[in-house]
Amino acid sequence: MKITSQHNEAQLANQLHVRNAKPLIHLQGVSKDYFGSTTLQSLDFDIYAGEVHALFGENGAGKSTLLKIITGDIQPTSGDIFINDERVKIDSVHHAKDLGISAVFQEYTLVPQLTVEENLFLGSNLSSGIFLQKAKLRQWAKQTLERLEFDLDPNQLVIHLSHAQQRMVEIAKAFHGKPAIMILDEPTAALSGRETKQLFAMIDVLKKEGIGVVYVSHRTSEIFRLSDRVSILQDGHLTGTHTTSDIDEGQLIELAFGHRFESFFPTIKPNTGRLLLNISNLCLTNSLVQDASLTVNAGEIVGLTGLAGSGAADIARACFGLNQIKSGIITYLDDQVYNKGLGINDLTPRAMLDRGMLYLPADRHTEGLIMDHSIRQNISLPSLNLAKFSTGFWVRRKGEKQIMESVSRRLKINQLSIENLLSHLSGGTQQKVMLAKGFVRDVQLFILDEPTIGVDIGTRAEIYRLMQDFCDAGASILLISSDLSEVANIAHRVYIVDRGELLAEIPHKNINEATLSRYLDQREASIS
Amino acid sequence: MTKTRLNQKPADWQTYTSQATNFIIFLYIRGGVLPWFLVLAVLGFSFSSEYFLTQANLRGISMHSTYLILVAMAQMLVMLTAGLDLSVGVMIAMTSVASSLTMGAMWSGHGSGWESILIGCVVGLGACASIGLVNSIGVAWFRVPAFIMTLGMSSIVLGLALSLTGGIPIYGMPPSFTDIFGYGVWAGIPVPILVTLPCISLMYIFLNWTRVGRYIYAIGGNLRAAQLSGINTKLCLVIAYTTAALFTGIAALLITARLETGESNLGVSYPLLSIAACAIGGVSLHGGIGKLHNVVLGAIFIILIQNGMNLMRINSYYQMVAIGSLLIISIMAENFRQRLVLTYQNKIRPNT
Repeated sequence: MKITSQHNEAQLANQLHVRNAKPLIHLQGVSKDYFGSTTLQSLDFDIYAGEVHALFGENGAGKSTLLKIITGDIQPTSGDIFINDERVKIDSVHHAKDLGISAVFQEYTLVPQLTVEENLFLGSNLSSGIFLQKAKLRQWAKQTLERLEFDLDPNQLVIHLSHAQQRMVEIAKAFHGKPAIMILDEPTAALSGRETKQLFAMIDVLKKEGIGVVYVSHRTSEIFRLSDRVSILQDGHLTGTHTTSDIDEGQLIELAFGHRFESFFPTIKPNTGRLLLNISNLCLTNSLVQDASLTVNAGEIVGLTGLAGSGAADIARACFGLNQIKSGIITYLDDQVYNKGLGINDLTPRAMLDRGMLYLPADRHTEGLIMDHSIRQNISLPSLNLAKFSTGFWVRRKGEKQIMESVSRRLKINQLSIENLLSHLSGGTQQKVMLAKGFVRDVQLFILDEPTIGVDIGTRAEIYRLMQDFCDAGASILLISSDLSEVANIAHRVYIVDRGELLAEIPHKNINEATLSRYLDQREASIS
Repeated sequence: MTKTRLNQKPADWQTYTSQATNFIIFLYIRGGVLPWFLVLAVLGFSFSSEYFLTQANLRGISMHSTYLILVAMAQMLVMLTAGLDLSVGVMIAMTSVASSLTMGAMWSGHGSGWESILIGCVVGLGACASIGLVNSIGVAWFRVPAFIMTLGMSSIVLGLALSLTGGIPIYGMPPSFTDIFGYGVWAGIPVPILVTLPCISLMYIFLNWTRVGRYIYAIGGNLRAAQLSGINTKLCLVIAYTTAALFTGIAALLITARLETGESNLGVSYPLLSIAACAIGGVSLHGGIGKLHNVVLGAIFIILIQNGMNLMRINSYYQMVAIGSLLIISIMAENFRQRLVLTYQNKIRPNT
């Protein structure tokens, strides 16, 4: 590779480094077969000290299999792994840790009832005899957190921390064993903009410490911000490793998905009709939300955005009867559905479903879907009371089957796989199944809570297309999202929420990412 | 950009052996541990006892398994909602006591006494259903874990049943009750089987063809998702626990008829056996998963094991050891199966 003048000093130093040093870990011709079918095929992958090596590819391209091999969770069917030029066999996660490989996965691995410091040393043996050396633990915890420049109190219970802080604890925990290689799998999935910035600063610290970082993300902007090299996985093949500064975003997407996404965000025409939902002066009991007022008209997409924990989702959940309301009035179509003064409270999931509202939660695992059940069962569940699905008592299994045929066509999935259990499907397909709940009933207002979180670009585009369909059919969407580019490109009107307060309503012509982030940044600046 | 797409094909003999193991693994993933258990048990017992495969013995097994099938179906219903019913044992005791006391008090001592039988059964089932109702209220409204609720109810109901009888067996039921429901045969089929078969069909229809049945699966699969789908989860829990109690009550009446007495110490072994039947039949302890036919087979399997061990003259204490071990092994095997499913999900996942 040629070093051009565009590169700044850090990259230059890094590349020299790359050329001279030996890789920390080197995978050569690694393959993994599952039950006769191949998920990884003869793949070469290496990590150097002090670099961020990004992994990019669709869901199911083999990223997690590769990570599992590096972390010793599974063993490759064939191929060799070298650490410092020495051939090794990584038997277990524990062995990988001993070899200096640490990982922060998307799954939650903390014990919420314990303190930060207790979590940090969970699983590492810092005891003399049977007793924990508490004083020593405290000191080490402090040192680790200071070194990573984390502003965390070691004595705080993890349950009281924000998502970002919990993620930091996980990273500190992985960092504690002084690893040579650190694997970060979608670390920003649950983080807000500010928290993401903190995380990036921390990754810079890791680089400075000479740690090799493997960074997995669906977000191209993060890859360009952070990584020195990027490897692209496609159907279990590593199709190429590039120096990040040599390619641009379009090329990266084309390399990973085989074709350009011409219009990644569809232009959705507003189809504005009558007033559908009117929330006025809403205050919630167990949330920051104070005095929030907003309206949604038929046929439009309204964005509701804010940093994580801003209360944007709480407002929407209250309309579906999932949050307790202190005061305020909610009107849906022409009926008041909540008015404390008049003693009206019609806010239950059943009542609102019957009125044509559908809330799809952000966390599909805990609230949205039943992972042990089939696609068919999940999609028909909220609509089983409808005449096309049941006679009240009996389920019309034949009718259900016919409806599911059209659903599978619309979702572009195999008709037979409609009986597949959701736990066997990729995250993206699961997300689409959740949206498909809206195919089988009349919905006037979709409340979509972070509909594209943790899904790959291909699925994202499909989800946007579905939203377009809904909108074209006259339905409205209340889109809650902390992804500013999504809100800026999809919504027709945007409300910005911060600390439970509606900051501003931005009309269509003024919406762009810059405006939105300026509002939020200003607010942050005014507080800190 | 180096594209490395190598399609290496293994040697032929390797393909065949790997296909054979793959097929076995596939069968295991699909069918679970129960078919293997059944085949092993039938083979083992038919070798060790000539009597095992005779018509009389098989008839005995199917006759004796009816009680457990009924209770296991009840247990399944509760387990599907992610609960556990430890009170099935005392439900049997209470139903037995309540129905036999009523029949004894009402029967004049002459004639067939069908009115007293009818009212006795209704009282017994009513008592049983009310236990289920109390269970469900505790679980659904007061959020007592099903395990604690039914454990507590076990003590309460047993205490009540003992105080009603003083621990003494109750006699004085019309003999026709025993003659028909205990030992009766109609068209060559024992009456308990004739009662159980429609119960199985009813339960099958309930679980697979009705809305409430689907909701019960959904509640156990993910309570929050069920609530967000607008399901009245509390009402569904009431229906599940009460229906389960009614099925247990039917079993209790059949047992009472067979024994000709009402006893407050009946049914002690049923919580364990019914949970074992469900676990062996693949009902998830976390709720939401389970097939009725497997539960019925699981119950039959347990009776078959007991019968086989009796024929081999195995001490009943060792039989307890065996049943407990089977329960634990079946859960281990199920966990192992889940691991296999995860490992091979690429194979069983069709292209979407």
